[in-house]
Amino acid sequence: MSYTAWILLTASLVGLTCGLVGTLLILRRMAMMADAISHTVLLGIVIAFLATRSLHGIHMLVGAALAGLLTAFLVQWLHARGVREDASMGVVFTTLFAIGVILIATQVGNAHLDVEHALMGEIIFIPFNVTQLPVVGEVPLATLTLLIVTILVIALILLFYKEWKITSFDPALAASLGIPVGLMHYLFMTMVSVTAVASFDAVGAIMVVAMLITPAAAAYLWTDQLRIMFVLSGLFGVLAAFIGYYTAVWLDTSVSGSMAFATGLIFLVSILLSPKYGLLGKRLRPAQGEVK
Amino acid sequence: MAILLSSNAQWVLVSTFLLGIAAGLIGTLSYWKQQSLMSDALAHAALPGIVLAFIVLREKNLLVLIIGATISGLIGAFCIQWIRSFSRIKDDAAMGMILSVFFGLGIMLLTIANRLPGGNQSGLESFIFGQAAAMVKQDVYIMSLLALVVILAVVLLFKEWKLLLFDPAFGQGLGLPIRFLNGFYTVLLVLAVVIGLQAVGVILIAALLIIPPVSARYWTHSFKGMLVLSALFGGFSGAVGTLISAMGSGWPTGPFIIVTAACLFLTSLIFGLEKGLLVQYLLHRRQKRSVSPKPIPPDWGMPPKVREG
Repeated sequence: MSYTAWILLTASLVGLTCGLVGTLLILRRMAMMADAISHTVLLGIVIAFLATRSLHGIHMLVGAALAGLLTAFLVQWLHARGVREDASMGVVFTTLFAIGVILIATQVGNAHLDVEHALMGEIIFIPFNVTQLPVVGEVPLATLTLLIVTILVIALILLFYKEWKITSFDPALAASLGIPVGLMHYLFMTMVSVTAVASFDAVGAIMVVAMLITPAAAAYLWTDQLRIMFVLSGLFGVLAAFIGYYTAVWLDTSVSGSMAFATGLIFLVSILLSPKYGLLGKRLRPAQGEVK
Repeated sequence: MAILLSSNAQWVLVSTFLLGIAAGLIGTLSYWKQQSLMSDALAHAALPGIVLAFIVLREKNLLVLIIGATISGLIGAFCIQWIRSFSRIKDDAAMGMILSVFFGLGIMLLTIANRLPGGNQSGLESFIFGQAAAMVKQDVYIMSLLALVVILAVVLLFKEWKLLLFDPAFGQGLGLPIRFLNGFYTVLLVLAVVIGLQAVGVILIAALLIIPPVSARYWTHSFKGMLVLSALFGGFSGAVGTLISAMGSGWPTGPFIIVTAACLFLTSLIFGLEKGLLVQYLLHRRQKRSVSPKPIPPDWGMPPKVREG
């Protein structure tokens, strides 16, 4: 496959996974948790890097998953001790992120991990770092990781589809049915962290928030059905990847930045044009009462 | 300690100290407005404004960059408000979107700005993590002056803020311009965020507004006490963090300021007089001791018997 094709494939995988995970984020009202986790994943990556001196492989995913779980746990713990949830989130993730940045600036120095890479992603370098697979031949390492994570995410969503649905829309009912709501919460947090770290190479720590939240929020404006929302959100993510890549090539600028910006454009179109919840849709149906 | 030897060293310290105070004060207001994460969104939303101001002017004039950042931050705030009120997207999702999409736009522009002649040396990157050492004398003056404006605005309008936060209906009855005050609060919030961008950086400035009030909350129940403590915590973090970051060459300032603030938070969490972990533990133990020697009645938990006769 050509250079461009690999980049587009990687970016689309980011869009797809983030779109799917993001749907649950929006429905569970945990959008800012994605922001928090995507920041603290940096600390997990730095510590995994300091421990193994390598930037790839399974330990990155494990480190990130642990950092994500730690964030979720600490936020919950502080919240249980009387700190308001948004404030406890703000305390936890900024502190962990600051520790991560200090570690990079003082310990890792000019090694392979630098702060700018961590923030902006380096999607244009992804095709150069390849690994050999038995049947398909050379595959970029980051793409392979993303592919595995995407399959994992899709499998988990399909496997527990009913459980996700009930725990997202009616946690009380879910608990009374005997579904382990707390366990599902931490499983979900793990999914978010693993998705964030797999997308890390491609889009960086902050733009992954755009990929997670915005396509799903746009999809939320088009439909009331969970199944359709999943599909739409994944599609919007892939669409943003394509728009973002070609915009970046056209303007000769950062691919991850324009991918994030493209999700914003998709959302803008959705909020204006969506027939049911968009502004235009509301304007065209003035007779109906406001239904919330 | 290069920063202490240079001519404007003390001034840089004073300015981060003032910045910390301003952030601690306005952070207390946003804590009670339940908008702690709003400052995070505003800080990220300010990035495109900074870079655009640089692209237009082709030089790093802090005042112009601050104006750009303020405009773009206010646009971000407006967008969040707009999404929240005109669609079924919730608060947190709207903030997350604006934060990341604006940041993405900022990074796009930053890449373009770095290609411009002279753009590479502009030091715009220092706005992401903060580099107090990169500040020149003029920057220090501007920053200190604006921080003082924010501090004065919070202190002089203390009564008005108190009413706005805790009983806006009563305030309205007294003839307080609530809408104006809300708008003024947003302007002050954006101002406090953007003046901190150069020293603390886009990503972490929000923490300087969030962490000190939460720490102060462990020591006092009074609003005034919280404002004072939060300002002190913020100012201390700003100054000490700047000092520590000056010990290594090229160390970013922001993370050290935030880690200092986080240490203060941990101390407050453990030793704080109100709801601190230690105090709660001691109270709990004393209570257990005062309760446990008494024999537990055998029908503990049973419904009280109706005495006959």
